[in-house]
Amino acid sequence: MALPQRKTDIGPPHYKQFLPPVIQKNYGKWKYHEVLSHGVMVHVGESGDKLWTVRVASPRLLSTATIREHCDVAEKFCGGFFRYTTRNNVEFLVSDEKQLEPLKKDLTARGFKMGGIGAAITNVVHTQGWVHCHSAATDASGLVKSIMDELMEYFESKTLPNKVRLAVACCVNMCGAVHCSDIAVVAVHTKVPTVKHELFKNMCELPTVIGSCPTRAISPDPANKSVKINAEKCMYCGNCFTVCPPISIKDPERDGVAILVGGKINSLRSNPKFSKLVIPFISNEPPRWPKAVAAIKHIVEVYAANARKHERVGEWIERIGWERFFSLTGIDFTFQCIDDFTFMRDTMRTSSTFKW
Amino acid sequence: MKKYDTPLIDELEKGPWPSFVTEMKKAGKNNEMANDAVGHLEKCYRTKVGYWKHGGIVGVLGYGGGVIGRYSELGDEFPGVAHCHTVRINQTSGFFYTSNALREICDIWDKYGSGLTNMHGSTGDLVLLGTKTDALETIFAEYSSRGWDLGSSGSALRTPNCCVGPARCEWSNYDTLDLNYALTQEFQDEIHRPMFAYKFKIKMSGCACDCVASIARADMSIIGTWKGNIAVNQDEVKNYAKNGMDINAEIVNMCPTQCISYDGKEMKINDAECNRCMHCITKMTKALKPTGERGATICIGSKAPIVVGSLLSWVIVPFIKIEPPYTELKDLIRKIWEWWDDNAKPRERIGEVIEMKGMRSFLEGIGQSPIPQQIKEPRKDPFMFYTEDDMAAFKAKEAEEKKTGKYKF
Ligand code: SF4
Ligand code: SF4
Repeated sequence: MALPQRKTDIGPPHYKQFLPPVIQKNYGKWKYHEVLSHGVMVHVGESGDKLWTVRVASPRLLSTATIREHCDVAEKFCGGFFRYTTRNNVEFLVSDEKQLEPLKKDLTARGFKMGGIGAAITNVVHTQGWVHCHSAATDASGLVKSIMDELMEYFESKTLPNKVRLAVACCVNMCGAVHCSDIAVVAVHTKVPTVKHELFKNMCELPTVIGSCPTRAISPDPANKSVKINAEKCMYCGNCFTVCPPISIKDPERDGVAILVGGKINSLRSNPKFSKLVIPFISNEPPRWPKAVAAIKHIVEVYAANARKHERVGEWIERIGWERFFSLTGIDFTFQCIDDFTFMRDTMRTSSTFKW
Repeated sequence: MKKYDTPLIDELEKGPWPSFVTEMKKAGKNNEMANDAVGHLEKCYRTKVGYWKHGGIVGVLGYGGGVIGRYSELGDEFPGVAHCHTVRINQTSGFFYTSNALREICDIWDKYGSGLTNMHGSTGDLVLLGTKTDALETIFAEYSSRGWDLGSSGSALRTPNCCVGPARCEWSNYDTLDLNYALTQEFQDEIHRPMFAYKFKIKMSGCACDCVASIARADMSIIGTWKGNIAVNQDEVKNYAKNGMDINAEIVNMCPTQCISYDGKEMKINDAECNRCMHCITKMTKALKPTGERGATICIGSKAPIVVGSLLSWVIVPFIKIEPPYTELKDLIRKIWEWWDDNAKPRERIGEVIEMKGMRSFLEGIGQSPIPQQIKEPRKDPFMFYTEDDMAAFKAKEAEEKKTGKYKF
């Protein structure tokens, strides 16, 4: 069968054809919105029109079969219109209030989980992990599944002082704003890479490999026509292995995850913040990563018990101080929490006004 | 098809949160690639390492990006995923779809790919996970003939992305969806033919809530804002109080600039001191809304930690009008790329180059004047550059002062 005529540089289809009529009509003229429950919100237009959004979790990795099921639901209740969110939720949009309860019933019957709106934990931004990424030091989807199974009540119903944004990155590359999350899991390597010298000269470019190292730990090894790595300078970022496959950094017993907290991206009340390292290492424990999951749940619970209404994790910690965060959570303070990389001078304390 | 025994990942089908393993198995029922991906993943879980290899140049004719080559080290054991390339489809503005459109996307993907997707990838593209090299041209012909183009990868302008904006949000200060569409169309060449030192991401949020995290992960962050007052509807303020909101604790005391007062009856905002953080507006959505001139703040340079640490975007243009045909903004983007091209080494993001060369070099390069809104605080050290022009200007000012007898600082 002949292929259709290919076209190039057409860009995406125009978004307008995908907007439901109620949005076309009220575009740019929304007056306010209200969160009705963790799974439902309503937007009210200046015209008086209303648009209900029902948010549903997805595992981000979706089979076409499930996308077709989303289509079925949208056709049944939403005129075929729906959207995804940047955090991989699915949103069904209804303009007729009579459709709302039947839609919710249908979603429940199909096993879809509604939630994630408001002062809650919503879907987790994450990377590919062992499912598809070449530099993964852990599996991101498995961690997310394990974490959210444990925190489900905060997605569906239980209210927190404010949103808690979770993220998982399967290596220090951190594709996807993981570095500015309330609680972030980032997978780390902890060992100096090995070099297969005999393959080096055929597969790698010496200047590129040397240039790839942010700490200048790599130098030429002329005897082997390869490179050597200075163990004192290497901090296992894996950048060299990305540009040169004979360099290997993966290690099943030494790869694991670190936990960072207190980041945010919006400017509400306080400025955007990076997440900061609090737990430097937890071994990979597939399939359920019980210790990492317990650590996250513990941090969420201490935050929920201590923060003021509307405070994000990072704002709460800044108010009480990091020394108090460590004492309240009982997390061990280790050398890894003291920066010895780029931002050291900004992160040390320069006053005697700390708490005991 | 080979049936794999998967005791470890089967554990991840239990529990209330939707399971990606179930998704993989669903796709694997009638798809060899997805089925082998299931076996492949179980092996990763058993051995605690990943087996994917980066690389190889794969793609479609005339494009330099949009497809990411991926191979498994275990091709003999799992032939279905020996190659397992990713195809990035340029998403719609705001991730709005119709069922018809997505069904079409699914039909094509079932025919030539793994039946597995990401809705969506971190950059924004609709990501199709796993196909073979010889299917790529066919996939592209099928999609593009139906109006879907590839997204981006490599050292290119990455597929621009935006928040839900005026489609379903009362806070958007400009039309994020339209700007996203317009920029994506304008820069097709830069999206599909990698020609930069490294990747360049543009993300658009309608307000400081920044629903697409542009401040943290876009080389260019376009964040909506306004110049004008916050209109207060006093009746609605009363309703909030009546319905149990502690206005002093939740609003007045949490305002970062302390510019709100409330005497139990009336709420007043000293707008000149407001820094437009959005807190009060998001909490009293019925009572408060911005008025006056709308536009955006342009910030530059954010990125994740690799290689020398993460950056948040820096303010370079505090306020710019965002109106079609967006000529001023497009010109600014071109100037920014020109400066970056002139100054970057390979694999240097623009934020890193600005750090190396200095913000002054960058601002001069793109024709922006210094203004206090660009900084949090002035420098702490006295190690400055003085150009001949700077000195001439200082001297001229002093000469003028001598003449008039009046100091001008
Ligand atoms: S960034 Fe602002 S305008 Fe855009 S959707 Fe979020 S809240 Fe609305
Ligand atoms: S927007 Fe922020 S700074 Fe402005 S009045 Fe409201 S809380 Fe205060």
